[in-house]
Amino acid sequence: MKRIPIARLVLTVVFIGMLATPWMIRHLSHAQARPLSPQVDCQAAEARYGFCFQEVARQAGINFVHEAPVLDHQLDRIMPEVASMGASVSIVDFDRDGWPDIYVTNSRTGSMNHLYRNNHDGTFTDVALQMGVADVNQPGTGVSMGAVWGDYDNDGYEDLFLIKWGRPELFHSDHGQGFTRVTDEAGLPPWINANTAVWFDYDGDGLLDLFVAGYYPENVDLWHLKNTRMMPESFEYAKNGGRKYLFHNLGNGHFEEVSSKVGISSRRWALASAAVDLRGTGYPDLFVANDYGVSELYLNHHGHFHEAGQETGVGFAPKSGMNAAFGDIFNQGSYSIYVSNISEEGILLQGNNLWVPQDGANLHYTNLARDLGVELGGWSFGAQFGDLNNDGNLDLFLENGYISLSRTRSYWYDFSKVAGGNSSIISDASHWPAFDGRSLSGYQQKKVWMNDGAGKFEEVAQAVGVTDTSDGRAIALADLWNTGVLDAVVANQSGPLLIYKNLVVPGNDWIEFDLEGTKSNRSAIGAQVTLFWNGQKQIQYVSGGNGFASENDRRLHFGLGRNPQLEKAVIHWPSGTVQTLVHLAPNQFVHVKEPA
Amino acid sequence: MNPPAAAAPQAARPQPLWKRILDSRFIPPIFITLILLVGNFSFGILESYTRTLLAIATSIAGELILGRIFLKKWPHPASAYITGISVGILLRSPAYWTYALCAALSISSKYALRFRNRHIWNPSNFGICAMLVLASDSVAGLSIQWGNNFASLIAIWILGSVIVWRARRFNITATYVASFIAFSFLRSWITGDPWQSEISPITGPMYQLFIFFMITDPKTTVRSRTGQCIVAFAIALLEFFMRLGSSVYAPLYALFWVGPAALFIEIWLDSRRSRAVSATLPGPQPA
Repeated sequence: MKRIPIARLVLTVVFIGMLATPWMIRHLSHAQARPLSPQVDCQAAEARYGFCFQEVARQAGINFVHEAPVLDHQLDRIMPEVASMGASVSIVDFDRDGWPDIYVTNSRTGSMNHLYRNNHDGTFTDVALQMGVADVNQPGTGVSMGAVWGDYDNDGYEDLFLIKWGRPELFHSDHGQGFTRVTDEAGLPPWINANTAVWFDYDGDGLLDLFVAGYYPENVDLWHLKNTRMMPESFEYAKNGGRKYLFHNLGNGHFEEVSSKVGISSRRWALASAAVDLRGTGYPDLFVANDYGVSELYLNHHGHFHEAGQETGVGFAPKSGMNAAFGDIFNQGSYSIYVSNISEEGILLQGNNLWVPQDGANLHYTNLARDLGVELGGWSFGAQFGDLNNDGNLDLFLENGYISLSRTRSYWYDFSKVAGGNSSIISDASHWPAFDGRSLSGYQQKKVWMNDGAGKFEEVAQAVGVTDTSDGRAIALADLWNTGVLDAVVANQSGPLLIYKNLVVPGNDWIEFDLEGTKSNRSAIGAQVTLFWNGQKQIQYVSGGNGFASENDRRLHFGLGRNPQLEKAVIHWPSGTVQTLVHLAPNQFVHVKEPA
Repeated sequence: MNPPAAAAPQAARPQPLWKRILDSRFIPPIFITLILLVGNFSFGILESYTRTLLAIATSIAGELILGRIFLKKWPHPASAYITGISVGILLRSPAYWTYALCAALSISSKYALRFRNRHIWNPSNFGICAMLVLASDSVAGLSIQWGNNFASLIAIWILGSVIVWRARRFNITATYVASFIAFSFLRSWITGDPWQSEISPITGPMYQLFIFFMITDPKTTVRSRTGQCIVAFAIALLEFFMRLGSSVYAPLYALFWVGPAALFIEIWLDSRRSRAVSATLPGPQPA
């Protein structure tokens, strides 16, 4: 008689408690988060985090606003979605004056790309037109999606590969005085709808090769569609995207396409790629983040690739990969991989991936994004690792926001309606509801995650001055003014180019390495520096393109914290040469030429 | 979700073991497990095995404990297993606690929310709706497709139809599907959106689980076949209006409201009927 009523009372209380649990968890996590000031207080940010960003694009003489592509009118109803990419940024010292310059792409037919030469005084001047790399979006040739720089002929000057939805272009640098279009001589295909490419020397012959990954199939001309069945066949399992290309540098200005010969064959919808030697074999491995599906990891066996996404753990759960960045976040001498995806509260929570290598004989990764606090970043795009406050730990800067139109009306319902449907429905653009001025994960706050060095990241974007809510796509980190700190350049879709100047409080030291290959490719792409100091080590590499549609400063920047005791730097060159530097002093730029 | 009850054996004669298994309550769990395994091995549909196992374990443990306390017996775990596995499939969350909480809420709703000794919400429907509303910052529903061809779709539909047919609940599924399609065209006409986009959701996996496992749950559906068809139509009707209001999880929310309402009405009608019968019965005869 008594047992049931008491038990029922207890059950009722527990049941109500369970219903209240999500609220309590939310309340507790908000209480633990440090309160944000509505105004950016740089002094407070510097005191608390050791740095602060100031957006200075206009003061630096840059007033660039990206223009989105306008594609075939058959796509008008969903134009904001299909024309949602193209803003990119890459850092290059094209004139070899020791100061980083900035190249940004534009994506409306007839629009101009810009090459901002660093004036060494805090300002930049656009020289793209006079250098011959501005007017590259002419009718009938497609439009720009990104750019990667690499000295493919080892003449000491960085050459430009232009990633396009359309005719890919290769420009040879004429000793930094201008650029000559060499696409035809190079033997590149007439049309690729690509969003990512990366320079790397996959076979160790001292010449930079080029990987280009298609997004839309290469037989689709987005300005002259034969039909509207050009969308992915699935939201998470699509294999009807563009093909992949690996252009082997023959050394005479010509490239040979060898992808199938070396084991790269995929029609997934690639959005980001990056290459580094993950296993210490001396050969760079290739990571590809795919939209609408799983990521791919091509392990390099002496110039032959083996796709090992599933066996290494990074290629099982399909998401919407939009970024590939490597970073030694634990200062252990090994790279974690950050892949951005989509997260929208209550609708789609893919979560970003932070693939951390596990100890063991075989390469295997575990996703620790949630544990480390870098999982939820909205509709995420480009992200880069870099030590933003010179404390010796790599932080993470993430761009996000997909389509910002109406502030009150969302396309999410219609998107989810179609995205969950069968391939015959999703793959045809005419089946998608009209966008009608609505937003899709728009006006999102960016993420700047500070690495505490103890396994946690703290989100501080608003507090340190990253307050824009544009549709962020690409981010590149560079020491723009040679002050020993990493500044951030952000390319926004249909939005302004932003330059976040980094104001780091004095006290933390740094060192930067500028590498030049001799036996290896002259850009030193693929070279790795392991720096040993204060009983710890951090590895970084010279990249030929990473993140999303971006390329960082060639120079490798290491924050060192206070009073560092520098032990040595070990450089693994792509040629196989290992060089050790000792007697290093902090707060300097170290130019290193590969020993002959 | 609860398994649609298989038809009771007609004869008392002992049956072979394989037939007893096939006739038992194991069929729906086996079917949903097959869907899960094929889906995951083929397409990696799960967030992770561990999260799904957590949901299943929580669900079964909750059922055993609460059944023992309130029913004074060890309940059959098939129903709880399906609830757990449904939570594991339908809930999408990077966190672990959400799976445990959703499964616990689902099972405990069977014991905490009762009317005239019947639980009135489909357990997993209640749990998932509660999580989608109360923990929207931590969870989402299943909104992707499994694979990208008609073969897997047709296979699941045929198998699912056989199961609900054997359970004598195909009328519910058929009524709902027919109503959904009719309302899709009506929505398309009203909104101007392509009809394919309105039909699209029912070709996805959330609906496959919804129409074969959730709305056919014998414990939370009305008894009469006509009543079942009316309820299925009412769910589709409410979903129609919710979709016009851009509700992403319209079918789950529609069932959340219509299912219990239908049971309330049935219980009320039953009590009225029994009162009327009692009133007409002759009183005790004097000795």
